Amino acid sequence: MAIHEQSLIRPENVRKHDRLVLDGIDVSGHWSTFIEPRVVTDYNERLQDEIAALPGGEHIHRCWQCGSCTNACTVNALNPDFNPRFWIYLIRTGMESELLRDKDIIWQCVSCNKCTYACPRDVFPEGVMKATAHWLELKGHTPPSPSTLFDQEFTGQVIETGRIEEGRILRRFFARTGQALKQDWLIEMARRVARRMPVKLAFAMGKATLFRPRTRRWAKARTALTDYVHERESEHRKALGLGEPKAGGTGAADAARH
Amino acid sequence: MSDPKDDLKARYRKVAYYPGCALEGTAHAYDVSTRAVGEALGLALEEVPDWNCCGAMEVKNVDPKLQTYLSSRVLSIAAHEMKADVVMSPCNGCYHNLKKAEYDLAHDEASRATVSRLSGKSGHAPYEAGEVESIHALDWIKHGIGEEGLRSRVKKSLSGLKIANYYGCMYTRPRHIFPEKDKGPGSDSTLKPHFMDDLLDAAGAQSVEFALKTACCGGAHTLSDSDTSTKLVLNILRAAEASGADVIATECPTCHSGLEMHQVRAEKVFGEKTNVKILYFTQLLGIALGVGPRKLGVHENVSDGMAALAEKGIA
Repeated sequence: MAIHEQSLIRPENVRKHDRLVLDGIDVSGHWSTFIEPRVVTDYNERLQDEIAALPGGEHIHRCWQCGSCTNACTVNALNPDFNPRFWIYLIRTGMESELLRDKDIIWQCVSCNKCTYACPRDVFPEGVMKATAHWLELKGHTPPSPSTLFDQEFTGQVIETGRIEEGRILRRFFARTGQALKQDWLIEMARRVARRMPVKLAFAMGKATLFRPRTRRWAKARTALTDYVHERESEHRKALGLGEPKAGGTGAADAARH
Repeated sequence: MSDPKDDLKARYRKVAYYPGCALEGTAHAYDVSTRAVGEALGLALEEVPDWNCCGAMEVKNVDPKLQTYLSSRVLSIAAHEMKADVVMSPCNGCYHNLKKAEYDLAHDEASRATVSRLSGKSGHAPYEAGEVESIHALDWIKHGIGEEGLRSRVKKSLSGLKIANYYGCMYTRPRHIFPEKDKGPGSDSTLKPHFMDDLLDAAGAQSVEFALKTACCGGAHTLSDSDTSTKLVLNILRAAEASGADVIATECPTCHSGLEMHQVRAEKVFGEKTNVKILYFTQLLGIALGVGPRKLGVHENVSDGMAALAEKGIA
């Protein structure tokens, strides 16, 4: 198989022998490197369909493995294990257990859309990354990532009031992820602003915290959007053959109510 | 036949203004400087009444069509209540989402159906593709005033100031939602955007060759994956310094606060100090047009831009 099956050449599958004689011929050393034969039987034949059923994954079948996405990828430049082209390959061939090896980094896509810009087949790899991260969480392979918690907090506030208030997002996100607000760098930032910040702005920010910004004429939209998000969540679960979520779930519509 | 450039000048003289959530919060300085520059240039802004959040980079991860609806509501108010032709947003996130909604509503039946259903339930007419034109603050000044017009209004030249113009992701990608870009002279480029360079050069500054104009600052994960964001921002800051820039000009509140925040974080957490200053392009244009720095919110920035400007004898 072509080089895109990189799992074949993982260190644990590569065999070298310091001393090996076959039929009286010395084949010791690097030149006789062997790759361990491997049989894959646990294909998930529904994997591509499941990803394609989630928002963003719709066009995954169009991929022809050119690798432009990985070549353009912002996160790949920081971490070579972040490899959209490879993950699309694994999903399309149903190699679920291989995909799960990278389950903890797939959510790290920064949505810069360089992949989507470069893709000659309109696969929308950014969407595929989001669909895959979503799939991992719905299937219970990973807990909600910090990014998902942030998205839910954000979306919940938008549904509730029509607008967001950044200070509230920051405080609630830090609380949900168990991080302290008193981080060195946050304090340093506040110190630098406070040096020059006029009383007027401090007052405005205090006001925003006490009286949350709200969009007028939003009540009907709040109900419509809450229902819509619940409806979509059920559709996604159904597409993956999952039952209804437990009451008091962690979704965006629920975040809005808390 | 009239010159199409003059048509745009007339069209952009008064536009509907969609500031968005960030400009009411951390990017307050971008809001005041945009308004001040509009006033100095004789370009009128009328705020979209009862606007809502566009969904930024978060709501699409819960459901992309929910985001399309959010943007469409803003466009619907502009088109139907304000009878506006043009909606201008200085925020890349808002601008991007309005353009994305416009594209989806023009090309995708399922998006039209969702927007129609949610608009009906929310009690307003659905927005239909093509009813208004969505533009960025850069388009507004570039086409509404132009370099010549700007040059004739400059009171305090930015001469001697070297600027790295940073556009980020959402102003140019993905390409298909920006059909007016990459159309040759007069249009902006998605690969190498230049509208901000053009405007600041007209104000007397010297835009430097900057390879990371459209690199990503990691804004989507600025809090949820801070180390990644800090590394990405550090690349941008270092590249700007290596290209000889005194300041980085920004046109996106997420990029701007990301650069400021992770400049501090890089110093505090990684021990990596950089000195390049970060200012909104509207703050720099405002200074060139003779508006006082306080009126442009320069003192609200985390990054102390005043020092760099004072050093060049500009402010």
